[in-house]
Amino acid sequence: MGQGPILQAPETFFIAPLSRPAPGSVGKTGSWRTSKPVVYEDKCTGCMLCWLYCPENTILKTSNGKVAIDYDYCKGCGICAAVCPFKAIDMVSEV
Amino acid sequence: MVINLRKLPDKKYIMPGNAACPGCPETMGLRYVKMALGDNVVLVIPAGCSSVIQGISPYSGINAPILNIVFAAAASAATGMKAAFETMGRDDVHVVVWAGDGGTGDIGFQALSGAAERDEDIIYICVDNEAYMNTGIQRSSLTPYGAWTTTTWKGKKEHKKNIPMILISHGVKYVATASVGYPTDFIEKLQRASKIKGFRYIHLLAPCPVGWRFDPALTAKVAQLAVETGLFPLYEYINGEFKLSPIAKRYKDPSKRRPIIEYLKLQGRYRHLLDKPEEIKKIEEYIENTWKLIETLEESFAPGKDRGKKIFDAL
Repeated sequence: MGQGPILQAPETFFIAPLSRPAPGSVGKTGSWRTSKPVVYEDKCTGCMLCWLYCPENTILKTSNGKVAIDYDYCKGCGICAAVCPFKAIDMVSEV
Repeated sequence: MVINLRKLPDKKYIMPGNAACPGCPETMGLRYVKMALGDNVVLVIPAGCSSVIQGISPYSGINAPILNIVFAAAASAATGMKAAFETMGRDDVHVVVWAGDGGTGDIGFQALSGAAERDEDIIYICVDNEAYMNTGIQRSSLTPYGAWTTTTWKGKKEHKKNIPMILISHGVKYVATASVGYPTDFIEKLQRASKIKGFRYIHLLAPCPVGWRFDPALTAKVAQLAVETGLFPLYEYINGEFKLSPIAKRYKDPSKRRPIIEYLKLQGRYRHLLDKPEEIKKIEEYIENTWKLIETLEESFAPGKDRGKKIFDAL
């Protein structure tokens, strides 16, 4: 397909209702949780499977190659504990 | 291609604190899309759960530029957006449609079919949670046989519509199926698709804990079981060549498949089926037929063989 002229947006461009990415777009979702994941550092091998599967992006990589959890936003679904092959994450009831 | 988990980008592609339910497969899938395609991605999202996941304005829970659009216009809006990027000289941007199964198979189908026929240079991902989950679990044409929804409360009587096969019939460049239970496989497929120019379609199975009635911790497990029982085969169709994905290859042999009951009993939506062996038999027959079709396609469109000859001999 041919490349047309490069268009410039006019200076007085219409103002669209834009949202910007930011953490906590519906608040601190950690309050939704009924049980929280706890990482046992001695069992963790840093395979990062929990980091890969976490739907919330609340698993943080630590400097020693293991994982920590962002409890402000973790919704406590328990996927990390279910996929961990070494049973290094346990779900502990909070209620 | 082998994916090293430690080398995948560790950016917040999904912002924590979004409005998704716990254990949501869509946020998982969106992370993999961004991991595979990088930062130059523009998402077009028709109505569905993904419109809600973004949260409350002026903040967004998805770290990507998004155009929210009506159900029936997702593929056409992406077509226009790609044309605009081409005019601006930006060939490095991937326009990705992230549509649900209703937005793909029912309401958005005419736009999808039109874009596929025109071979537009977009990536269309159908995130298939097998019902209209956002509005309250109503039946869609991609709901499988026997599944409970709020509009089929004795179980659906029809089988699932096979959208990937319909897209293969359109003669598009790239069609693949993937499952959120196998993220590395999905990322590989996206990376391969990103190198192809033309219409690319990926069908992503996304088990919804709310609508399928299972424990949110089992999202990945259920997505894997769908492949292991042979119900949802993973394959790729590239430029007239068909091949099974490495994960799904062993399930060609029926003895290696897990029994379907393991998949059904995890989900509350199949609860009424568990004491009806004749209904379960129908699902098993469906799996057999799916694999018969796959074997035919695999033989006829095997890479490098005399393509298409066998399929005409069979007719």
